[in-house]
Amino acid sequence: MTLRLELNGITKRFPGVIANENVSFAVAPGEIHALLGENGAGKSTLVKIIYGVQRADEGTIAFDGRKVEIASPHAARSLGIGMVFQHFSLFEAMTVLENIALGMDNPPPRRELEEKIRHVLNTYGLSLDPHRDVHTLSVGERQRIEIVRALIQNPKLLIMDEPTSVLTPQEVDRLFDTLRQLKAEGCSILYISHKLHEIKALCDTATVLRGGKVVATCDPAEETARSMAEMMIGGSLKDLSPKNDGVYGEERFAISNLSAPGEPPFGVSLKDVSFAIRSGEILGIAGVAGNGQNELISVLSGERTDGVSGVIRLDGSDLSKLGVGARRRAGLAALPEERNGHAAIGQMTLAENTLLSARGPKLLAGSGILRTGKAHDYARTVIEAFSVKATGPKAKAGSLSGGNLQKFVVGREIMTDPAVFIVSQPTWGVDAGAAGFIRQAMIDLAAKGAAILLVSQDLDELLELCDRLAVINAGKLSETMDVKTVSIEKIGLLMGGVHGEDDAAADAEMHRGKAA
Amino acid sequence: MSVQLTVAIMMTIAGAATPLLIAALGELVVEKSGVLNLGVEGMMLIGAVAGFAVAYSTGVPTLGAIAALIAGALVSSVFAFLTLSLMANQVATGLALTIFGTGVSALIGAPFVGITTSTLGPLFAFDNPLLRLLFGHSPLVYLGIALTIAVWWFLKHSRPGLILRAVGESDDAAHAIGYPVLRIRYLAVLFGGAMAGLAGCYYSLVLTPMWAERLTAGRGWIAIALVVFASWKPGRVLLGAYLFGLVITMELQAKAAGFNMFAPEFLAALPYLATVAVLAIISFAPQGGANAPACLAKPFRATA
Repeated sequence: MTLRLELNGITKRFPGVIANENVSFAVAPGEIHALLGENGAGKSTLVKIIYGVQRADEGTIAFDGRKVEIASPHAARSLGIGMVFQHFSLFEAMTVLENIALGMDNPPPRRELEEKIRHVLNTYGLSLDPHRDVHTLSVGERQRIEIVRALIQNPKLLIMDEPTSVLTPQEVDRLFDTLRQLKAEGCSILYISHKLHEIKALCDTATVLRGGKVVATCDPAEETARSMAEMMIGGSLKDLSPKNDGVYGEERFAISNLSAPGEPPFGVSLKDVSFAIRSGEILGIAGVAGNGQNELISVLSGERTDGVSGVIRLDGSDLSKLGVGARRRAGLAALPEERNGHAAIGQMTLAENTLLSARGPKLLAGSGILRTGKAHDYARTVIEAFSVKATGPKAKAGSLSGGNLQKFVVGREIMTDPAVFIVSQPTWGVDAGAAGFIRQAMIDLAAKGAAILLVSQDLDELLELCDRLAVINAGKLSETMDVKTVSIEKIGLLMGGVHGEDDAAADAEMHRGKAA
Repeated sequence: MSVQLTVAIMMTIAGAATPLLIAALGELVVEKSGVLNLGVEGMMLIGAVAGFAVAYSTGVPTLGAIAALIAGALVSSVFAFLTLSLMANQVATGLALTIFGTGVSALIGAPFVGITTSTLGPLFAFDNPLLRLLFGHSPLVYLGIALTIAVWWFLKHSRPGLILRAVGESDDAAHAIGYPVLRIRYLAVLFGGAMAGLAGCYYSLVLTPMWAERLTAGRGWIAIALVVFASWKPGRVLLGAYLFGLVITMELQAKAAGFNMFAPEFLAALPYLATVAVLAIISFAPQGGANAPACLAKPFRATA
């Protein structure tokens, strides 16, 4: 049998780094092949080479047994390679139809195209309205546009880059059904992910990349998630030391009836959000990106006070009228999702970055004068305590890798011993080692009596760290649920917009889901 | 009011509106591709002087208009190179372009100050006021209206127009799919420059068939405001341009009629005050920016 795709000795160098070194593997027709690796292992570069966005420096690619040069995405598409991007390449202010037309080289006239789209939607049981503007759609629907865009050109090889990171569990199941149907039709799929249980459930073969090189090839069905994770990081995985379950103190952080307008142009407004966190407790907020998480963080941190109503209490005193600095002095530390440019300033040194948020709690400034010596010492303490790989407090924040910078900013906040720690996506795009470290630091902080609010899209992380869990959807927060008793199905339904008020309806839907 | 006067006023409105319309349509296409060129005023002045110089030396006003097109595109290519290839700040470069255009046009125009040339006037002369109102304008007036329809159709229904909008909406996504972002933006900027140049020569070849320093008197800024006012829709640009044409004409008519309730300076400032008011209202309105191209004025660097 001819192989669908065969890579031979692919090498790609960037100034200072080798992204891919002598990478070889093959994908058979109708095979779902996983590409595994940590961030920075070279998966994305490799995929861009296959899709013609980048050229390899060395090595050859064969498609359907013929050696090919893939010079552009156009060339890739005409060979029969389709791609679904991790960061969707969609145009928000345009319709679904226009977006699909833009992804094709020679789209047929409007009406014919619409018919074709409906045909693809019917064949794979997907639902999507071609005339809606993209910015009105949920993340799952947006991904469907990307998938339809690829499928409409009858690909022989479909590349999917981290397709499930933004989906609810139910949407993931539906996606897998579509992928299995494609496989049955003989389409090969190159599936990139770091979610190991998904790879176990879906893929036939896995190629593991580390530092740009192929380090292993395995059958995911015969491996455990842990063994694959260890192949990825090239070492053994450390277990988190357990939380002291059920040992909570007084209520420390209480929000009631918080409402706020969304960020323009397409933001989500917060609607009557209430919750409370006790001392020593971690409350998780799950939800698909863009459902009000950023708004919630910026309202709690004090970055946004315009049009905000409701009460924010820390140890009984109302913070809702205070600005960012005053809230920090009161013991509230908040860390936004975006580390570059929001949590840290890349052009400034680590010492200078500590001044941004820790100057009040750590007395790094007073009477209008910065105490740079103290800031320097504090930065050094953080670097040592959180084993941040950096040349020292004088290193520019921008020179650190994502994982190390994240460790630094988390450390900067945690070492001020905050009463309340609010954090969004702390391990997004962070390697497994650093992620474990950050999670442990949060558990330890809670053990010291802090109240922690963890906003994340990673359900596994939430289930591992949190004591209780709530789901945010379209700016509304569900009731909080105990992590030990909650079901994944219920969380998934809440993420998809079935709200707690109609529990009966949700239950019915769940049962149908289980029966199907 | 006599029929003659009414027609004369309406003709003046069309005359005042046309250069705004043409320049604004050009800028609309530029902005739809995600580039903000604030140098419209400068490009209009260059077009005005180039058009006048060529029309005067050859005696053929049509050649003047063509020269204005080319001159506008040439100056805008400098802007395109600086902002697209060298990734200079678009706002600063646009302002510099206006200052540059003002200076260079004054320099080139120095020998032409005070002389007149043959104009790019109406193709047909009519005594009947209605016929004159319909067919008695400069060809550029009709071109402006045709251009509105053409730009609307191009953006809404043609594939290149769709791609242009896509580039302005998300340059990274367009690049990832495989569209040449920079090439598309270059072409858009050149088109915008050509249209600004053409609009400029309307002042030196139609309205006042002569050259004077700063002849366009800040109308380039009105054109930029018009694009925002029209929320990037060609039909509304047409409407807005004629509305501004009306305001400008009111000022002229009031002066002619000896209307002196307000100082003449106030009336002269009216179109510019209206511009400021429109921009202020639009930026306050919650949905105001919603239709703006998402990548407007953002430099694009191909990352992968």
